[in-house]
Amino acid sequence: MKDHYPLVIIGAGPAGLAAAVIAAEHGLDVALLDEQPAPGGQIYRAMESIPAERAELLGTEYQRGRKLVSALRDSSVDYFPDTQVWSLNHKREIGLLHDKTPRMITADQVLLAGGAMERPVPFPGWTLPGVMNAGAGQILFKAHGIVPSDGVVLAGSGPLLLLLAWQYLHAGVKMKAVLDLTPMHNHLRALPHLPRALLVHHYLAKGLVYKKDLKQAGSSTLHNVSDLRAEGNEGIASISYRHKGQQHSIETDLLLVHFGVIPHTHLARAAGCRHDWDRSQQCWRPQLDNWGNSSIDGILIAGDSARIGGARTAEHAGRLAAIQSLHALGLIHQRDRNRLAKKDRKWMREELHIRPFLDAFFHIPGKLLSVPDDDTIVCRCEEVTAGDIREAVADGHHDSNQIKFLTRCGMGPCQGRQCAESVAHIVAAAGGDDVALGGHYRGRPPVTPLTLGQLASLSPEEVE
Amino acid sequence: MFKRLDDNPEKLVTITIDGQSVEVPVGETVAAAVLAAGINYTRTTPVSDAPRAPFCLMGVCYECLMVIDGQPNRRACRERVREGMIIERQHGAGVLPT
Repeated sequence: MKDHYPLVIIGAGPAGLAAAVIAAEHGLDVALLDEQPAPGGQIYRAMESIPAERAELLGTEYQRGRKLVSALRDSSVDYFPDTQVWSLNHKREIGLLHDKTPRMITADQVLLAGGAMERPVPFPGWTLPGVMNAGAGQILFKAHGIVPSDGVVLAGSGPLLLLLAWQYLHAGVKMKAVLDLTPMHNHLRALPHLPRALLVHHYLAKGLVYKKDLKQAGSSTLHNVSDLRAEGNEGIASISYRHKGQQHSIETDLLLVHFGVIPHTHLARAAGCRHDWDRSQQCWRPQLDNWGNSSIDGILIAGDSARIGGARTAEHAGRLAAIQSLHALGLIHQRDRNRLAKKDRKWMREELHIRPFLDAFFHIPGKLLSVPDDDTIVCRCEEVTAGDIREAVADGHHDSNQIKFLTRCGMGPCQGRQCAESVAHIVAAAGGDDVALGGHYRGRPPVTPLTLGQLASLSPEEVE
Repeated sequence: MFKRLDDNPEKLVTITIDGQSVEVPVGETVAAAVLAAGINYTRTTPVSDAPRAPFCLMGVCYECLMVIDGQPNRRACRERVREGMIIERQHGAGVLPT
């Protein structure tokens, strides 16, 4: 690894892979840093090592990733797997951990392609062992061939829930129930966006096929479910929910939940990139121009960490950002940049036709996001409840950071990754600042853990 | 809770999970190995001693903190198994080896 690169890309999912390959094709010395042992990101995880049989179970969309990954292997990109980035600042100094050794490197251009994370939505019992994200279930399946023993329950709202249920069905996993928490009135909310979504009807068709397959297999999906709770002492023993005005409960040792995905903004935030609240996607996202330039000179962001658009959109956005970097570095003229960008821009526009429909259809009800039950833990690390936060709001504290100082909410090992959004929603619902105004926790390095020994082992020049 | 689709993986390493010796496939993350072994919880919290287990498996929730080869606060979802690795549940905040 060199001390300096013209372009450093962080994240080897679809955006980072596409960006790295096109930049290298233009002769650029590019480093691609990724925390996983192999390229692909979460979406194309374990692409190179997965047995063919399992890849088939995951569907055609997963197998698309093969082309991207092999293009990386054929390229001159300096690729560093198993690399944690723990710091980035406005001077584009990157603190990383590679082979357990900390290093500082610099770059003229940095492209953040860290992807998305699942939206944390606290509900009673969500901290019990045996309650996991649906994405976690999918990672176990993709990377390790591990699936639930019979009797799992899937619950939540979002395309991944349906996809995972379908993948489990094909893997022969018996599910006790799939509980769809999407409220019925979301259909109306989404209807105006249907004509545009029909322009890319293959996405809708795929969803309908999944639904049909699940129905034919006799797997019961209940719609318009509410009041989800997980119950148990040392771990989950059962779940309860409300459906058609009735309370129900199911015994289970595993509940997989999903409430959509949000951009993973931790590193961009620590660097000081400005973010805005996106009302339709119900999340914070970085301020970007249409090339992916953030509010900080030389830092670009592409893919789901910029805005949720899915894997194909990420690929196009990654290439656009890389082309922009080539231009910023003086390697291509503005005319060539615009010409090179044409196709990706067109394809990206087409891909995005589905988004307004999906965003509206899977809009998470405000009531759920603002954690109605006072006893529910919001900050999993410091065990701060929704009631604690509402108390702070009642005492006149309206700013997320203020509430953090007061309650320790967000001060644990996850650094607020799991509670930041919930706090903003609770504050807004309790009469504090609007979600968009209440602000987000300030991000601070190191954004991933390293020991004091590792930090101290940096050479004095590097620390300067 | 979980089962393996492939019961006979080719390459195995032997690790110890809370005193129990287990054979697991090469390249697996500690979190996956622990879940497949049926371990019901992986740590207790420093605040209330409540049991917790892996939640996100993608490095953002920090629920899977375990003691790995004597080092506390290791994210089990980010560490891969090695022959002879010793994995223990973490109780509370975890104590650094002296």
